[in-house]
Amino acid sequence: MSARKSDIFILFIALNLSAFLFFFLDALSMQADTQKKLSEERAMIEKLGLTDLCLFTDARYMRHPSMADLNTPFQDHPTSIEHFPSGTLAEPPRHLRLR
Amino acid sequence: MIQVMDVRKVFNAGRPNEFVAMNKVSLSIPRHEVTVLKGPSGSGKTTLLGILGCMARPTSGRIMLAEREITSLPERFLTEIRRTTFGFVFQQFNLIKGITVIENVILPAYPTGENPAILKKRAMELLSLFNLSGKADSKIEWLSGGEAQRTSIARALMNDPEVIIADEPTANLDSRLSKEFMEIVSGLKEQEKTIIIASHDPIVYDSPIVDRVVEMRDGKIISGI
Amino acid sequence: MNRINKHRNILDFTLSSLLRRKRKNTALVLVYILVVFGLASVLFSTQALKREACSILQRSPEVVIQRLVAGRHELIPTSYIDKIKDVRGVQTVKRRLWGYYYDPTVGANYTLMVPDDPAVAEGTIVIGKGVARTLRAEKGDLLPFKANDGFFVSLEVGDIISSDSELVSSDLVLMNEGDFRQITGVPAGYFTDMVLSVRNVKELPTIAEKIRRLAPDTRPIVKDDILRTYETIFDWRGGILLVILAGAIMAFIIFAWDKASGLSSEERKEIGILKGIGWETSDVILMKFWEGTVISLSSFLLGCVFAYIHIFYASSALFEPVLKGWAVLYPKFRLIPYIDPLQLATLFFLTVIPYTVATIIPSWRAATVDPDSVMRL
Repeated sequence: MSARKSDIFILFIALNLSAFLFFFLDALSMQADTQKKLSEERAMIEKLGLTDLCLFTDARYMRHPSMADLNTPFQDHPTSIEHFPSGTLAEPPRHLRLR
Repeated sequence: MIQVMDVRKVFNAGRPNEFVAMNKVSLSIPRHEVTVLKGPSGSGKTTLLGILGCMARPTSGRIMLAEREITSLPERFLTEIRRTTFGFVFQQFNLIKGITVIENVILPAYPTGENPAILKKRAMELLSLFNLSGKADSKIEWLSGGEAQRTSIARALMNDPEVIIADEPTANLDSRLSKEFMEIVSGLKEQEKTIIIASHDPIVYDSPIVDRVVEMRDGKIISGI
Repeated sequence: MNRINKHRNILDFTLSSLLRRKRKNTALVLVYILVVFGLASVLFSTQALKREACSILQRSPEVVIQRLVAGRHELIPTSYIDKIKDVRGVQTVKRRLWGYYYDPTVGANYTLMVPDDPAVAEGTIVIGKGVARTLRAEKGDLLPFKANDGFFVSLEVGDIISSDSELVSSDLVLMNEGDFRQITGVPAGYFTDMVLSVRNVKELPTIAEKIRRLAPDTRPIVKDDILRTYETIFDWRGGILLVILAGAIMAFIIFAWDKASGLSSEERKEIGILKGIGWETSDVILMKFWEGTVISLSSFLLGCVFAYIHIFYASSALFEPVLKGWAVLYPKFRLIPYIDPLQLATLFFLTVIPYTVATIIPSWRAATVDPDSVMRL
């Protein structure tokens, strides 16, 4: 009977919490890279006047959701059913629905 | 040591299956003695045992423990008293399955918050007293009848109680183990413990170390006061 | 010291007790971890993405003017620039020339764009990392584009955009205006849309109103609209995410139900024995508390740790098929680590509290039993 069970459990919890601590410190240490990435992205956006993230390239209204007109999400008629998988992940933007 | 006066215990009072387990029982248990409660099943000895050991409250009557009235003590205090004063050996041993022998022995002392190292040491001492040191880390299921019985006695002694209460301790044992049990009781008596046993086994109540035999029938004491 | 030891002692017994039913409890913990992992993964990735989006899109244009005909996005004639640039409060007006191109060889969609300053040399293109990956193209390669007139235009890859900005540039093909018009068929004198910068952001509504009167067939899209699009992206209330959340909640309910539905006779007997050997009701409740906490807390912590590793070190590897959908081109990017404390706390309460409570409640009754009953077991 070497280590008590409760000690092992407490150690387990401590390990998990230190994992979180490690993640936090690791993220901090990557600050330089993070900032570089962000500034590259921002520069691109500003230079080209971009308005959307390139997340979904399967459908036009998913590639540029903020630019989408009323028509394309509904294809050719208003009750057309969504058939792009990425459409299930993101709703049509608010400014479209409110107009 | 323990005194019960005019104690009555009624189960399911007021309902159709009302049952009077004990009817106006008065008894005095002296210190450092071995008292046996004898009688057929249903005679009320298990109930009396429960009341003597502060496990159950009487429907009416009074209980004194070491000249102190404990009849109407609140639950918390009663539990504290029970834990420190009494050690129980049950008929079915009632050991917790799936954990080791030593864990079972230490179990009564867990809530006291005592240093675990000290607890473990005391448990090992008790186990060696009963020749169970080698089985300390074995699971309960692997023990023989005699070993299980000795484990349950060791558990009863964990909190170093003054009084040992045993309910039909030899009911599931053969003659050899029953005699072994009485030898253990003799050793406990030498350590100045008070012992109360409920049994209808002659090996128990005919044993020379027994100081007094109280006979019960139908919830009343019929002899031995 | 006493109290700590008491907790440790009871915890010891609880752990021994849980280890007795090793298989059942291991299976329970594994499934629990899986549910927390799934939920936390979704949580972390959507939160991080939303945060990054809203942060970088602050640099997007103040206003985009789009022309609509029959509800559809239509090209804007150059004359509109003159109409709008004189509106009071408008600082600059720039035309944007962009569109989509479908490449049948790989089945991928690209976004073609014409940058003005600096312009791309004729005959060359600057491609995003995703395009380069899909076509396995390198600098100097010649890529064919099928033009609107049926002929092919070959363009040389002049440069590949750094992967640092893949989140916004992965599918871009930057080209010269002449090449763009030839390929897309957008006639001279027309462009895709306009971007404006204004002197005072507070005047936006007034400016928008004026533009609406000058050019009634256009609609403005302001930066707020853009940001809000990405704030609500991956919203809990829609689609797959709702299904995932509902599934997870169901799972937690089922776990808790199993516990809350009562004790087995064996468990009841054990509680009786504990009471019989001197445990108080509160000690039994404490044990049950630890029993619930050990399982749910362990699952929560491990699930979250694995989720974090999954999302921020393994780039959401398991979500890739879902996010990719039917797209051939998919951006590769490492999310900037971010955890929303409020949502993490919610997850914690959802995971740990119901299960622990469900473990304690049914034992309450059994724990208050008269220890005397153990004699009759």
